[in-house]
Amino acid sequence: MQIYLPIAELPISILLVLGLSGAVGFISGLFGVGGGFLLTPLLIFLDIPPAVAVATVAAQVAGSSMTGVLTYWRRNALDLKLGSVLVGGGIVGTVLGVLFFNSMRRLGQLELVITLAYVTLFTCIGGLMLFDAVRAALRDRQGKPARLRRRAGMHPAWMGLPWRMRFYRSQLYASVIPIAGLAIVIGFIGAVLGVGGGFILVPALLYFFRVPPAVVVGTSLFQILITMTGATVLHAVTNQSVDIVLAILLLIGGVIGAQFGGRAARNLNVGSFRLLLALLILSVGLRFAIELFLPPTEPFSVVIPESAR
Amino acid sequence: MSWLRNALLAAGLALAAGQPAKAETLIAALSTHQIAITSNYTGDQLTVFGLVEREGRTAGRADPYDIVVTVRGPPRMLIVREKERVGPLWVNRQQRRFPERPVFLTVSTNRPISEILSEEAARRERVGLANAQRTPATNVFEFGIGPYRDALIRIMEDKGLYAENERGVTFLSPTLFSAPINVPATAPTGSYEIEIVLYAGGAALARQTTNFEVVKTGMEQSLASAAHERPLLYGLATAALALLFGWLATTIFRRD
Repeated sequence: MQIYLPIAELPISILLVLGLSGAVGFISGLFGVGGGFLLTPLLIFLDIPPAVAVATVAAQVAGSSMTGVLTYWRRNALDLKLGSVLVGGGIVGTVLGVLFFNSMRRLGQLELVITLAYVTLFTCIGGLMLFDAVRAALRDRQGKPARLRRRAGMHPAWMGLPWRMRFYRSQLYASVIPIAGLAIVIGFIGAVLGVGGGFILVPALLYFFRVPPAVVVGTSLFQILITMTGATVLHAVTNQSVDIVLAILLLIGGVIGAQFGGRAARNLNVGSFRLLLALLILSVGLRFAIELFLPPTEPFSVVIPESAR
Repeated sequence: MSWLRNALLAAGLALAAGQPAKAETLIAALSTHQIAITSNYTGDQLTVFGLVEREGRTAGRADPYDIVVTVRGPPRMLIVREKERVGPLWVNRQQRRFPERPVFLTVSTNRPISEILSEEAARRERVGLANAQRTPATNVFEFGIGPYRDALIRIMEDKGLYAENERGVTFLSPTLFSAPINVPATAPTGSYEIEIVLYAGGAALARQTTNFEVVKTGMEQSLASAAHERPLLYGLATAALALLFGWLATTIFRRD
């Protein structure tokens, strides 16, 4: 069964989109990530214009993180204060990101920027996570204790910058500057790539700021919820590329998939969980790298600028 | 006086067609003048019907009739980019702009174009994909544009937006013909022009143009215009819908 997408201007199989977004939703529920980083390239692969894919996935990520935020809110596993600082930075980053997105689109280099960003981000982060997961597994096998928890009075230098704030829920007393800086970067990346940025924010909060794992995912989802809702509206206003019909299909598939993923996550041990997520992220990066490094079978491409509409 | 007016009209028509008063005229009709995009739209087909009308009782020609039907979609700027090696990377480097080229183009004939008219005549009269996608105004020779133009045609053919069909016109009788035109779902909205030319012995005898349009209707139309005319409201509505779905999911799947 096909449905015509009014903004992307092509018909698409309903079952295919539901299946894809369901599968991605399952993965996102399993790993607690937005899943935008998988969905956007898949949509582009289905011939949906990159601008439409990025903008529409933003709406989908907003919807699925809403589900997560509500769940974590009920479990009281959410630091609103830390979340608000992240949101503040995230909004600045999103506005910058949308502006950058539109200027790259005008220059005709949007495709290159998106591909390059996927390759570097995903191979780096995936590689780091894989390295870390393998090291943890080896340490586990040798019977050595896992990484020590931070001790009182011990903290990295960036937390000691001015404007320190106390985040009780996260057991954190740190400068606002690096936190807001991180949020700006993630908002920017999110707006340009149509990803929530959870896969960067979660490890950053865990490793750089030593926020307790119980609070990290809920807080990160809260930040993603606000920035992606903002990104949806901004994309709609500045480049009219949000496809509401596609968004609804993605939401239905994603939301249902995420529920099953969330349940499956309970039967997965932490070690293999991290290894799988690392491999997943790495393989997306490599998939884009192939496009960039291998000689193309068709070196030419035809572009129809959309301004004439 | 009506005979005089008719004679003038006929003379005018003949002049407009760029032909001295000849024996044949073309009459053409379309199965539809509007293709409506609805939510279950997956492309459409329309048919051009045509009749070659012979003046009086002139004797039949030695050469058989040939028909060329050219359909041109709305003109747009097309940009062809070429990936080149930069260090280890393959990056879009060179590009050529093709202004005012049809985004959709089909050429249907009743037999191979090379049998209908000479290569020189085909170029002059813009018959065939390579000749028809040129704009009439641009005869400026641009150095090195050849590969880009070939790539443009090749890629557009792959996308199903350009097509050359040498069996696309069927003669139902010696003078009555039909030509089906496939409009794929990816063909853009806008006005499409159909040009029908009658050939015999390599010379154009008569010419007729008509047109149809592809438009979004119903929900597709209102959503697309909402997105462009009320972007803020549209964006807020989409965001609200997303949040609503997220909230619904937690209440539906709540386990307690």
